[in-house]
Parts: sequence; C-alpha cells; structure tokens
Amino acid sequence: MATRSDIFDYALRLGDDALVLSHRLSEWSAHAPEFEEDVALSNLALDLLGQARSLLTYAGQVEGKGRGEDELAYWRDDRQFRNLLLVEQPNGDFAMTIVRHLLFATYQLAIYQALEDSADATFAGVAAKGAKEARYHRDHAALWTVRLGDGTEESHRRMDRALLALWPLTAEMFQVDAITLRLADDGIIPAAESVRPGWDAFVEATLREATLEVPQGVAARVGGRAGLHSEYLGHLLAEMQHLHRSHPDASW
Amino acid sequence: MPAGEMSPREVAAAVPDPELPALTLEDLGVLRAVEVGHDGEVRVVLTPTYSGCPAREVMRQDVITALTSHGYLCVRVEFQLQPPWTTAMLSPRARARLLEMGIAPPPPLDSTSPLRLSLKCPQCASLRTEETSHFGATACKSLWRCLACGEPFEHFKALR
Repeated sequence: MATRSDIFDYALRLGDDALVLSHRLSEWSAHAPEFEEDVALSNLALDLLGQARSLLTYAGQVEGKGRGEDELAYWRDDRQFRNLLLVEQPNGDFAMTIVRHLLFATYQLAIYQALEDSADATFAGVAAKGAKEARYHRDHAALWTVRLGDGTEESHRRMDRALLALWPLTAEMFQVDAITLRLADDGIIPAAESVRPGWDAFVEATLREATLEVPQGVAARVGGRAGLHSEYLGHLLAEMQHLHRSHPDASW
Repeated sequence: MPAGEMSPREVAAAVPDPELPALTLEDLGVLRAVEVGHDGEVRVVLTPTYSGCPAREVMRQDVITALTSHGYLCVRVEFQLQPPWTTAMLSPRARARLLEMGIAPPPPLDSTSPLRLSLKCPQCASLRTEETSHFGATACKSLWRCLACGEPFEHFKALR
C-alpha cells in the first residue's frame, strides 16, 4: 500500500524535475542563438515553472507540515531534491540544451499522459494540463534535433557529443524502487516498464531522422531520485535560493 | 445584489484578459463558475490557459478589484485545473475579436484530420504564410509571417 510519504516523494520528483529544468532554461534568456529561440526557451521555462508550482504545492499539502511551494523550493538543500541528474546538467552549448530537452520532454510527456488516468486526482489534473504543454516542448526539441543532427558537420559533431554525454543519465528515468512499485501497484503512477517503449520509439525515430546514432553500451549513472546529485545542483540552488533566503518572506 | 447593479457573474465575465484586453475572461473560456455563498461571499473559479501563465495572478487581482468596486466586498478566487483549458473553449466572439486585432485565431478543433491546414494571414487573407517560431510573446501565441504581404503576425495557437 502506498503511503502519504510515497505520494509526497513522487510529487517532489516530478516537481523538482520541472523546477530545476525551468531554472536551467531561464539561464538562456537573452543568450539564445536567435531571438525566436530566446522566446521559445523562456516559454518552456515558464510552463515548467507553472507545473512545478502545482506539484510542490501538492507535495506540501500531502506532507501536512505546513510547507508550501516556496518553503519546498527555497528552503531545501540539494540532498532533499528528488530531480533527475539529467535536468540539473549545465546548459553547455545549444546542442547540449536541445538533446537534454529532447530526452527529458519525451519522458515527461509519456509520464504525464499515463498520469492522466492516475488514481490520484491532483496528479491527474496537473498531468492533463502538463501533457498539452509537454507535447509542444518535445516537438520543439525534436525539430531542432533533426535540424542540427542532419545539419552541418560541426552541428552534427556537437549533437553527437551531447548525446554521448547525456545518454548515461537517461536510465534513471526508468529506475524502479520501493516507492514507485507501491505507487504503481495502487494505480497512482504508471509502471516504469509501460513508459519505456514509447520513449525508446520516439527518441530512436528522431535520432534516426537526425542521422544520429543511439549510444550503445554506456554505463548508467543514477542517484537524483535518492537525493544524490552531481556537483551542479548545489551551484544552481545557490543562485536560485539566495534571494529568498536572504530576505525571507519578502513580498513586492 | 444592490438593485439595478450587475450580478457578480456579469461583473466577473466582463473583466478583460490582462494580455489580450479586447477579450474578456468569459470570451477566453477561463471563467468556470461564479457562486454566492450564504454569507455573501463571492467565489469565482478560473482555469489557467497554461500552467505557468504569468497573467494568472493579474486575473485574480482584476476579478477581485472589479467585484469590490461593484460592492461585492468579500471575494475568493480559486483556480481549477480540470478539465484542462483548450482553445475549443474560446467563444465565437473571441475568435472574431482576435482576427480584428490581427491575431490569427486557432483552427477549429472539430477536425480530426492530421493534416495541418495553412493559416490565413489576418491582414491580407493570403494562405501563403509560414511559421517563424512556435513560441511567441505570450504562452498562448506563436509567430508567423505572410509571404504575400510580408507582414509578420501572431497566431493564437491550438491547444487540444
């Protein structure tokens, strides 16, 4: 039987994915390679931030200790964050950002679509809304993947490099643990193995069209779901949380 | 309700959208319910267009301001995600107003065809148009260009 603590943990997983990637994408604001892309990446960041707000608010309600979205976003340290290692990776070059987004948005869309039938009404509501947004995100990343992978020699080389660097972090999306098993048993979340084939199919088809190859035989790196993060998350949080911690409860 | 005054529903329905002021919250399809409790409290239920729409807090404030200025002093605004908003919830008036503002309205959602029809330029009605960016100045719009008259224009993109 899933416990309230399981639901709290899973709401943090999805909420932290959205929050951390939203912050990463917002770092592109005013720095993207072209104006339209600047607007696009900021739009993606905004959608993710909205999803994070709903999910962290819900996590706080389930936990029942009076923590709201702000307490959860700004007053936890890296060990208490449950996001995937993938989303905290630095933006790198534009290829790195696009590959990261393709891998993540394809996963997020699959999870959200499955969660629309969740036994948990809040997950179902947030997911139904988020799936409509994630579809645009995934398609946007897929268009760029094809354009850059099947582009110039240099753009292909960079996409290939990004794919090799990030591929080891994808296994974590489908990792099973006691929490996800209990939640899946109760029909609150989809079983990991039910999500994987759709992800594989879309990513592989996109990479094929982009003349890129799926990396083979790479060792998986996991840990984010258990709070064991790469060095990058601490730096991201330092920037994201600094203002709020310096001026607690300040308002405009 | 004070005699001769607008009902809470009428007041809330007439509040303009903060980003597209030619449309009301009702036109946009985000006004879900307006109820008056036994204690006189007006409860307004809105649904967000996009999860992270920054206009959301402004909408909340604008509804409260409009109702209090009509004498309804106790107002509560709530957001409800389900059923999720889609562009099918835009009123026919909203679609006409968008076109007048030079924004191409979303295609009708009753079509199940996977074919994507070309978008008509709101300035010269040519169908020779192309998308320049999937994402525009607000979450609900994309950027387009007309190849016939050369004008750039915005498209209120379909969300289904």
